[in-house]
Amino acid sequence: MLAFVLRRAGATLLLLLALSLLVFGLLYLAPGDVARNLLGTRNVTPEALAQIRARYHLDDPFLQQYWRWLTHAVTGDFGTSIRTGRPIGPLMLEKTGITAATAGLAFLLSVLVGVPAGIATAVRRGRWLDRVLVTVSVVGVSAPGFAIGLLLLYVFALGLGWFPIYGTGEGFLDSLWHLALPAVALALGLGAFVVKLTRAAVIRELDQDYVTFARGRGLSEGATLRIVLRNAAIPIVTSLGLMVAYLFGGTVLIEVTFALPGLGSLMEESVLFKDIPVVQALTLAVAFVVSAAAFLVDLSYLLIDPRVRARAVRR
Amino acid sequence: MSPRPDSTANGRSRRIPVVAIVSAALLAFVAICALAQEIIAPKALEQDIYLGVVGGGVDGHLFGTDQLGRDILQLSLAGARSALAGPVVVAVGSMLIGFFLGTYAGYRGGIVDMLAGRYADLLLALPAVLLAIVVAGLVGRGYWVTVVVLIVLFSPSDVRLVRGAVIEQAPRPYIESARVLGIRPSRIMFRHIAPNIVPIVVANLLLNVAFALVALSSLSYLGLGVPPGAPDWGRQLADGRQLLGDNPLAAVVPGVLIILTATAVNLLGDWLSDLLDRRVVAR
Repeated sequence: MLAFVLRRAGATLLLLLALSLLVFGLLYLAPGDVARNLLGTRNVTPEALAQIRARYHLDDPFLQQYWRWLTHAVTGDFGTSIRTGRPIGPLMLEKTGITAATAGLAFLLSVLVGVPAGIATAVRRGRWLDRVLVTVSVVGVSAPGFAIGLLLLYVFALGLGWFPIYGTGEGFLDSLWHLALPAVALALGLGAFVVKLTRAAVIRELDQDYVTFARGRGLSEGATLRIVLRNAAIPIVTSLGLMVAYLFGGTVLIEVTFALPGLGSLMEESVLFKDIPVVQALTLAVAFVVSAAAFLVDLSYLLIDPRVRARAVRR
Repeated sequence: MSPRPDSTANGRSRRIPVVAIVSAALLAFVAICALAQEIIAPKALEQDIYLGVVGGGVDGHLFGTDQLGRDILQLSLAGARSALAGPVVVAVGSMLIGFFLGTYAGYRGGIVDMLAGRYADLLLALPAVLLAIVVAGLVGRGYWVTVVVLIVLFSPSDVRLVRGAVIEQAPRPYIESARVLGIRPSRIMFRHIAPNIVPIVVANLLLNVAFALVALSSLSYLGLGVPPGAPDWGRQLADGRQLLGDNPLAAVVPGVLIILTATAVNLLGDWLSDLLDRRVVAR
């Protein structure tokens, strides 16, 4: 079992290394001169340019730059933001709270609503509740979060005045109140995705022979459903891992829409300003979180599925 | 895809569901707007700075105007072009890559298969929209640059899809016998296998269009897609965000249009994939 865990951890680390090279290389090749960008519209003298290039090690060979960046990044030192002149580590850290709270809230909402709804539709397959929920979930999957967000903002904040228009609030309850609309906007697409996936997974299991057998043996519908759900859990948990990646893509747009000063807004501002060190650090951080989530999902198979456990021990 | 016993049992599957008809009608309308932009929305870009932003119904503007005094209705109808053209190119482009690379990787395996697989693994760890934001922001802004970026980012999942379908076909008797007959691998791949995976490709094409529509309008929303001033729903939403107090319709109209169009494409794609799936099974 330990070998299984170690092998998965090793593969994850390798993937991260490849990703870091990809991220660094991509931004290294990006057109536009960082040094010129830094000086802005000021008078550009060759001396000033050379000074900046030396300070940011811009003239070093590519691999040397990559290595310096990577070894520093591992210790939490991502360099200095070009736009704000502040160290990136603390800059990211202070913005993590808002993003984590919004994304966490959205994740909880979509799972707590999506999984039961998916099971309900699968059990009532073909009936009106199923049809309505499936169509609604297609709308949820299709609609971009920022469009939903703007509509929510218009109806519930500007129109009805139930929620604040912007700001993050202070204290737990006030924050919850401020982050409710962004979280709902983010959760809608996610929740719809969970409904579709749960429904498909449960239906696949319901069609298996063991269900017919269990019913034939006279097992109660509830007991049968318990077996079905346990078997359907694997694809559902896998999709929860994938959702983490989706969350990070969506959070940029949601934070921009609701003017939340989180990691997503930082990403947007940094991309528009071509603040490459920040973009590199953020992309790497996202890749890290997504890979870690995938790793945890793999480990959870050991808990959920005895067959995986047996295989992992045997190897 | 799951069979629906209720609809197959009583033969209702022969009838085209209402949802599909409504979706197709909506898409036809959007497509007509996209093609005949100049005729349907001739005044889309006409500015009226003196008027500025007004609410719905004022001065003959049904949905009001934006901050430049442009008519929201005309602007939204004109936005149909960038809402369809780019996504269709993205979907077709990425599917072409997926079709050829995926067929080759699935049938021949080897280094192409390995590389395609690793590339897909890499991209799975990064959200496509996020990567598109980063790449589009740094490579340069522009609608067609963004389209190319999205093709590159979308293609791995299409390669994977086609590869899986081809691997499923490869051990079947008809391929075995073709191989025994000594038919060239390229002919087996594209004359024998290809027709059997076309249903999957076609159904996925529509789902790709919907996804690309959302991705492209997201980028435009962030100012990374269409140039400033161009008629585009994502762009309109970004402008409309500032105008929620003065003329909420400036955001609501394009927002509803994006949601409806993407939903219609997805519903049609779901229906088509169900239909083709059943036909493949029946064969």
